[in-house]
Amino acid sequence: MQKLLLLGDEAIAQGALDGGMSGIYAYPGTPSTEITEYVQNNKYAIEKNIHRDWSANEKTAVEAAIGMSYAGKRAMACMKHVGLNVAADAFVNSSITGANGGLVITVADDPSMHSSQNEQDSRALGAFAQIPMLEPCNQQEAYDMAYKSFQLSEKFGLPVLMRIVTRLAHSRAGVERKEKLAENGVRLPSDPRQFVLLPSIAKKNYKRLLSMHDILIEESENSEFNKYIDGDNKKYGIIASGVAFNYLIENFDDGKVPYPVLKIGQYPLPKKYIQKLYDECDEIIILEEGYPVIEDMLVGLLGDGRVHGRRDGTIPRDGELNPNIVSKALGLEQQELYKIPDNLSIRPPQFCDGCGHIDMYNALNEAMKDYGTGRVLSDIGCYTMGALPPFNAINSCVDMGASITMAKGAADAGLVPAVAVIGDSTFTHSGMTGLLDAVMENTPIVVCIADNSFTAMTGGQKSHAENRLDNIVKGLGVEPEHIRVVVPLKKNHDEMVNVLKEELEYKGVSVVIFRRVCVTHYASMVKKRKAQENK
Amino acid sequence: MKKDIILSGVGGQGIISIAAIIGSAALAENLNIKQSEVHGMSQRGGAVMSNLRISDKPIASDLIPLGKADVIISVEPLESLRYLPYLSKEGWLITNLETFENIPDYPDIETLISSIKEIKHHVILNATKIAKEIKAKRSMNTVMLGAALPFLGLKQESFEAGIKAIFGGKGEQIVNQNLTALKAGLEEAKKFM
Repeated sequence: MQKLLLLGDEAIAQGALDGGMSGIYAYPGTPSTEITEYVQNNKYAIEKNIHRDWSANEKTAVEAAIGMSYAGKRAMACMKHVGLNVAADAFVNSSITGANGGLVITVADDPSMHSSQNEQDSRALGAFAQIPMLEPCNQQEAYDMAYKSFQLSEKFGLPVLMRIVTRLAHSRAGVERKEKLAENGVRLPSDPRQFVLLPSIAKKNYKRLLSMHDILIEESENSEFNKYIDGDNKKYGIIASGVAFNYLIENFDDGKVPYPVLKIGQYPLPKKYIQKLYDECDEIIILEEGYPVIEDMLVGLLGDGRVHGRRDGTIPRDGELNPNIVSKALGLEQQELYKIPDNLSIRPPQFCDGCGHIDMYNALNEAMKDYGTGRVLSDIGCYTMGALPPFNAINSCVDMGASITMAKGAADAGLVPAVAVIGDSTFTHSGMTGLLDAVMENTPIVVCIADNSFTAMTGGQKSHAENRLDNIVKGLGVEPEHIRVVVPLKKNHDEMVNVLKEELEYKGVSVVIFRRVCVTHYASMVKKRKAQENK
Repeated sequence: MKKDIILSGVGGQGIISIAAIIGSAALAENLNIKQSEVHGMSQRGGAVMSNLRISDKPIASDLIPLGKADVIISVEPLESLRYLPYLSKEGWLITNLETFENIPDYPDIETLISSIKEIKHHVILNATKIAKEIKAKRSMNTVMLGAALPFLGLKQESFEAGIKAIFGGKGEQIVNQNLTALKAGLEEAKKFM
């Protein structure tokens, strides 16, 4: 079969489709978005009606995937690393219920925080849940692992965590496909109480999970994704996981590393090989993208000084790896480089021309003048760029939905009025419950919802809030006279300022909806809908 | 055969279309490819770059090591300087001269040009202007590709086939505009060789 040129994300999607997946569940989040988008645009997935619509958030996505697994079919949930925090309750407990149909949670980590608020390592959460993990090094392995992940999950009756990083997610290479596997039929768990986590049942399930520990290590020792590649020079023994393996290989002509190398692609760690490396080599160097997860497992609190990695400064403690960091860690010769001219102006991301957020922030800044700075709590989306000059309009961005709840907490502390700025999609992701908290106490906050009818930052996905926002806000109990809708255009500046000033005066919950469709994604939406109509 | 190429520009300028044509040309010659892209936040008017690697052997890293890039193709002069440490001392810097000024402290163009001229091998051209002159306003990226063509180690026919493959769906006129743009860029490069 001819090779397909696929992003790492797309390779996972194609691997999952070929591996018999019946449904994918996800909320968009860089760098994971393209996994689900690939399935949404895939002819086979459309024909077979593979589930592929967006979920409201990562928790609902994982829960729906557990539900599909309960019913016997193969399901995948996808998210960015911080999305796994949102889904953690469902995720961790799915290790106790176990899987029926193959259940795979794919998480894309973002070391160096290219598009994220932290660089947490999902392998730590996978180890926390005590389930098998897969970490591909390249696009082909991403395909192969996704393909086999459902079988792995069904073999042990456990969910599987698949961990990738930005560089693999967003890099393209040729991928060879395997034979397409059929979907499972509906088949209920043989034990009807498997998914009932009453303490008496959960205790039994948990003992089963614990009993799997040694079996899973043995599985890793026999896995095709873990390889012990011997080398003559035993000065170093190198453990390289995921894409770090590529950066190691890159430094040697024809990829021949003179030292023994243990390539890691499946967890828990293959103990047998690690022991062999440790016994045969003088020093152990650990190359891993993200946190020192493997390093900590080997070193513990004290260590014996023979294991080197991010903890002892052999590798920088933060940020993503690259071939040069690995080269330095191995003491290879460094070449002289061209230098970047001094004081080269930086070019940060900015609002698109004609974006409604610009008009919203201009109005908000004017309305807030009388109250002083430091009162606007915001959220995650394009509008977070309101923190940058020339707007300097917002004072927080923590996690999805935190604008409303932080405004409430600040108001509770006496910062009245406090303002929240949140997007429509972020609001339906995790803002609604926070607004309910504020309604219950009629907390004096003004919630500005920047409603552009898209999940814009991640590429213009459909927003769950579209055509529903006003009714949701009303249904949560906000007084109808304090739900105000404005159109963020320059010509409406004075009107927006007046509406904001009126609501800032009100000693209760107000919602001001700034409604204008995203300028960047509107055109593509019209084009897409026309194409569909023509079909 | 092995070429490591850095593409740079401003989010929205469409550097990915250059990568797509080179990728298609490399596939036509049965070479291996790795191409990394920038998605998400920095796409919006910020500095963007892409790593493109082609080789007749397997390619390990998705990222080009510092000092190993054979070519930097930049569609904007300020952005051409941002990734210089990646460029091999024998590599070529190919840049558009047309500025994209969306920041308050955009440097003086003469300063930029003198920095570019300090690079041993460089090609400077105003691809935006050339595209207008040949009445193919939207093919600035293809003019840039043409200017880089002699340094990419692939056949001209492969690029032409790539253009046909990628723009074929948009009609013959667009294909021809891009073929003309490719040649116009190539002529500019010859002045620097």
